[in-house]
Amino acid sequence: MSGRTTASVPADLQPPRSSPVRRRRPGWAPYLLLAPSVVYLVVFFVVPLLQGLRLAFTGEDGAWGLATVHELLNDPGFWSSVWNTLIMLAIILPVQLVLALAMSLLVNSKLRGSGFWFYVYMLPLGISELTSGIIWYSIFTQQGWLNSVLQDLGIISHPYIWLSYQHQLLIIATIVVAEAWRSTSIIVIILVGGLQAIPREYSEAADVFYASPWQKLWHVTLPLLRPTLRTALILRTVLAFEVFATVIALAGSSLSVLATKANNAYTQFQEPHLAAAYGILIMLLSLLSTALFLVLLPVRTE
Amino acid sequence: MDGGSARDRDRLISRRGVLRLGAAAAGGAATAGLLSACGSGGGGGGSNGNLVFLSDQLSTTEETAAMRGKVLSGFKGGSVTFTAFSDTTQFIDQVVAHSKAGSGALDLIGGLQGDFVALDAQIPLRDMSDVINELKDRNFPQAYLDLAKIKGAYRFVPWITASYLMVANKKALAHLPSGADVNTLTYDQLLAWAQKMKQAQGQPLFGLPASPKGLIKRFFQGYAYPSFTGGLNTQFKSAAAVSMWQYFKQLWAVTNPQSPTYAFMQEPLLSGEVWVAWDHAVRLSDALKNQPDNFVVFPAPSGPKGLGYEPVLGGLAIPSSSKNVAKAKSLISYLTEQQVQSTMITEESWFPPVGDSALPKNLAPGVSAEAKAIVATTGATGAIASQLPIGLGAQSSAYDKVFVDTFTAIALNNAPIQSTLASEGATLQSVLQTAKAACWKPDPASTGVCQVG
Amino acid sequence: MRVRSVGKYAGAVILALWVLFPMYLLTAGAFSTQSGVYQYPKSLWPHWSTGTMSFFWDSAGVPTALGRSVIVAGITVVLAMLLGIPAGYAIARYRFRGKNAYQLSIVSTRAFPVVVLSIPLAVYFLQWGIYDSVYAVALMHTALVLPFVVLITTSVLAGVPVDLEEAAQVFGTSRLGAFWRVVMPMALPGLAAAASFAVLMSYNEVFAASILTIERPTLPALVLNALTASPDPYKFAAAWVLMIPTFVFIFIMRRYILGFGVERRL
Repeated sequence: MSGRTTASVPADLQPPRSSPVRRRRPGWAPYLLLAPSVVYLVVFFVVPLLQGLRLAFTGEDGAWGLATVHELLNDPGFWSSVWNTLIMLAIILPVQLVLALAMSLLVNSKLRGSGFWFYVYMLPLGISELTSGIIWYSIFTQQGWLNSVLQDLGIISHPYIWLSYQHQLLIIATIVVAEAWRSTSIIVIILVGGLQAIPREYSEAADVFYASPWQKLWHVTLPLLRPTLRTALILRTVLAFEVFATVIALAGSSLSVLATKANNAYTQFQEPHLAAAYGILIMLLSLLSTALFLVLLPVRTE
Repeated sequence: MDGGSARDRDRLISRRGVLRLGAAAAGGAATAGLLSACGSGGGGGGSNGNLVFLSDQLSTTEETAAMRGKVLSGFKGGSVTFTAFSDTTQFIDQVVAHSKAGSGALDLIGGLQGDFVALDAQIPLRDMSDVINELKDRNFPQAYLDLAKIKGAYRFVPWITASYLMVANKKALAHLPSGADVNTLTYDQLLAWAQKMKQAQGQPLFGLPASPKGLIKRFFQGYAYPSFTGGLNTQFKSAAAVSMWQYFKQLWAVTNPQSPTYAFMQEPLLSGEVWVAWDHAVRLSDALKNQPDNFVVFPAPSGPKGLGYEPVLGGLAIPSSSKNVAKAKSLISYLTEQQVQSTMITEESWFPPVGDSALPKNLAPGVSAEAKAIVATTGATGAIASQLPIGLGAQSSAYDKVFVDTFTAIALNNAPIQSTLASEGATLQSVLQTAKAACWKPDPASTGVCQVG
Repeated sequence: MRVRSVGKYAGAVILALWVLFPMYLLTAGAFSTQSGVYQYPKSLWPHWSTGTMSFFWDSAGVPTALGRSVIVAGITVVLAMLLGIPAGYAIARYRFRGKNAYQLSIVSTRAFPVVVLSIPLAVYFLQWGIYDSVYAVALMHTALVLPFVVLITTSVLAGVPVDLEEAAQVFGTSRLGAFWRVVMPMALPGLAAAASFAVLMSYNEVFAASILTIERPTLPALVLNALTASPDPYKFAAAWVLMIPTFVFIFIMRRYILGFGVERRL
C-alpha cells in the first residue's frame, strides 16, 4: 500500500514510496513477532501436512520411492487436467481483473450512493463455493433458468444443453462465469483500498494536462495500482488453484482440473497417496505463480 | 496531520468506539463458546448413555429426518443421535480416526458391505458373531451372512438391501419398439427405444448417473458385463466385452450428454431432462414418491447371456471401542425387527435382507412398484446375480477406478475400445494381484488370484 | 459531463443486477413449491411457498448450528488477529532474512487440499479430547485463515507511515505504546476488513468442519448433506439459509470493509 504525502511536500510525479524500512539491524524483534504464527501453523497445519506429504512419496506398501509420482504422471486425464487448470486460470484472471476494476472505479468515483453499490458488490463474499455451484448449475442445466428465459423470449425453441461433455470449452466458459460472479468481490475490496490510497494530486496533475479518462486510467491509475494489483493477483491465483466445488458442480466428470483430481482421488477412489501427490503439485504451482508475480510486478523496497 | 484533523480525530474515536464494541462482541462470543463447550462436556459422544449412530446411507434431508422421526423414535432403550455422511470417504475417515484415537465416541455404524471391507483394511473390526447368534430368529439368508464374514468372523449384521432398477416417464412408453414389454426388455430393445425417443423428440432422453458421485460403475460391473459376457473379470477384455462396449457407444450416443453431471437420477427424471434412467433404487425413489402417476419402474434389461444384476447390502456393526455395547446390541435388535423393517421400506425405500415372501402387504404405490420390480429381477429366467466383491480389501476403490477410467476413455474421450481394454485390463490384473483376490460370481471360482481375460 | 454520469450510473446498475440476479434465483428456488422447482420452463415469478423451507428448518437443527458457526467464527477471528497482527507488523516494518520465504510459504500452505488431512487432524483432536466441539473447528479455521489475515494486515500496516510511529516515540512513548496509540487507530478499519474476511471464511468453511464434528456441527457441516445429496428443493433451501446471515454480517461491516486501506485522502 502506498504511503501518504503530507501537505508540506510538493507533489511530484514519481510513484509514491512505500513506508521506508528501518535501517538499523532488526535484531530478534521480527522473529519474535513471527513466532506465534509460525508455531501455530506448524502445530496445526504443517505436522499433518508433512504426514500428508509423506503419502506422496511412499508407495502403497509404505516404501519410499517415486512410485506414486509415476502413478500421478500416468493417471488417465492427468495432462488434460493440468491443461484445463492453466486455461481456466488464464481466462479467469483477466476477466475478473477487468470486472473488478470496473466495479472499484465506479465505487471510488463520486457517484451518488457509492456505499450502496459497494454493499451490493460485496455480497458474493458471503457465498461459499458449494452455494455458488448450486446456483449456477440451476441456471445452466438443461431445464434450468437460462434456457427457461431464452425459451420464453423466443430465442431458442427447445432447451440447449450447455453442460454437455461434448463442448468442453463451453463448460469452461460457464465455470468462468460462475467464478467471476462468486469471487470478484475480494479483488474489488483490495483494488478499492489501493485506489483510495492514491493521492488526489496525481489525478489533478493529469487533469492539468487535459488527460482523457482512459489516459488517466492507463498512465496514472494503473501504474500506481501496481502493488495492489500484485496482491490481488497472488491472492486470486492461489485461491483459483483450490477451486473444485464449482468445477464438480458444472462439469461433473466431463473435465477435471488438478483440484478435482486431488479431491476425487481421495473421496471417490480412496487413494490418499495419489491425492497427496496432486496436492503437492498444486502447492508447487501456487508457489511458482506467486513467485512469478513477485518477479514480474516488482514493488519498490520492503 | 493538519487541517481537518480535529474532525478526523473525532471520527476516528467514534469509529474506534464502535470497533471496540465489535471486539467485545467477538470476545463475548468466544467466552460463550468456552462456557458452552464446558457445559456440554466438550468432545466425546456417547455421553450420558446416548448412543451415537453413524452411517453413510440415508443422508438426504428427507431420509435423515425420517430415520430420526419415524424409525429411531420408537427405540425404547435410550436416546440415539443419528448422523449420516453423504460422502463415503468421510464416513470411513471418521470411523478410522475414532478407532485410531481409541475414543469411545461411536456406538453403532451402518454402512455398505464394501465399506466394511474397506474399513477392515485399516482398523480391527469387532467380531459380531455374538449378535448374529442372538438374532437367529431373523432368518438372514446364508448368502448375506457369507458376505458379512471378513477374516473368518462376522463383522456386521445384515440390515438393509436394495438393488438397481430402471425408471421411465410414462411419456416415453409411447416410443417403445413394437413388441417390447417394458418389464422384459432386452438391451437391444432399450437401445432402439432410446434411439426412437431421440428421433421423435429431438433430444437424447436416456440418462445414466455418470457424475463422480454417480453409480455408473455398478452398471458396468453388475449389469452390462454379466449380461453381455456372462462373466466379469475373466471376461474383461474378451470379444464379448468388445461387442458390449460397441453396444454401449451406440447407447451413449442417444444418452443425455449432461449425464456426467448426474448423481441421483431422480432429479433429471423429475425435471424432465431425462425420460428413461438406470440407477440405485434409493436414488430413484423420490421420482416415484413425488409423481407416482408419471413414472413406471421396471427391472434392468437382459442381454445375450442373461439378466445380470447386483444386490446392495447394508449392515450394522459396533465399533470395538464403544462404551455402550449392550445398548448398541439392543438397537441392532430393534432395527432388524420386522415392524421396524417395514417402516424402513415405506419411509426409506430400503428393503429387509430377508426372502421376498416376508415383504409386508400394504406398501405405498411407489414403493410397492419398486418391490415388484426387484422381485421380477431376482426371479427372472436367466437372472445372473453378481456377488459383491469379496477379498478386494483396500483395493476395492482401485478396482472401481478401472471401470470408471474405462468408461471415461471409451465414452467420453472416444478412445479405441480394444487398446483401452488391454491397458485397463493390465491395471485390473495388478489390482487383483495386489489384493490377492480370487474370482467371485459371475466369474467361475478360481484357485488362485483371479485372472483377467 | 452528464452523459458520462449517466453512463456511470448505468454501469453501476448493470453490475449490481449481475450480482443480485442469481441470488434472487436461489430465493425463488428455495421458496417454490416442489413441483415449481421441477417445472420447465421455469417462471421467474414462481408459486411462492414455504413448505420446503419449513420442513428443512424443522428437521435440521439450524438455529443451534448457526449459533455454533457464530461462536466458531468469533474464536477464529480473535485467535487469527492475535497471531496475525504481530506477523503483519514484522513483515511491514522490518527487513530481515527469511521474510520472503515466510510470505511465500504461508500463502502456499493453503494450496494443499484440506480433505487429504482429514484423518491426521481428526485423530489429533480426538486425542486432545476436544473433538466435536467448537474448539476443534475454531482451531482448524484459525490455521486456514491465518495466511490471508497475515497477507492483509501486512498491506494495512505497511500503509501506515512509519514517520508517525517515530514521531510518537520522539515524544517519549515506547515502541509498543506508539504501536497501540498511533498505528492501531489508523490501521483499525483495514484490520476490521481483515477480521471480516476471517469471519466469512470461517463461516463458509465446510470440509474441515464436517470432518471434526458429529453431534455438534456448524451450519455448513449440518447442511452439507442437504447441499450435496438431497433433492433440489432442499439444496436451494439449505443454500439460501447459509447465504442470508452473511448478508446481515456484510451489511454491518460494510463501512469497515470499505475503509480497508486508507479511509481518506489528503
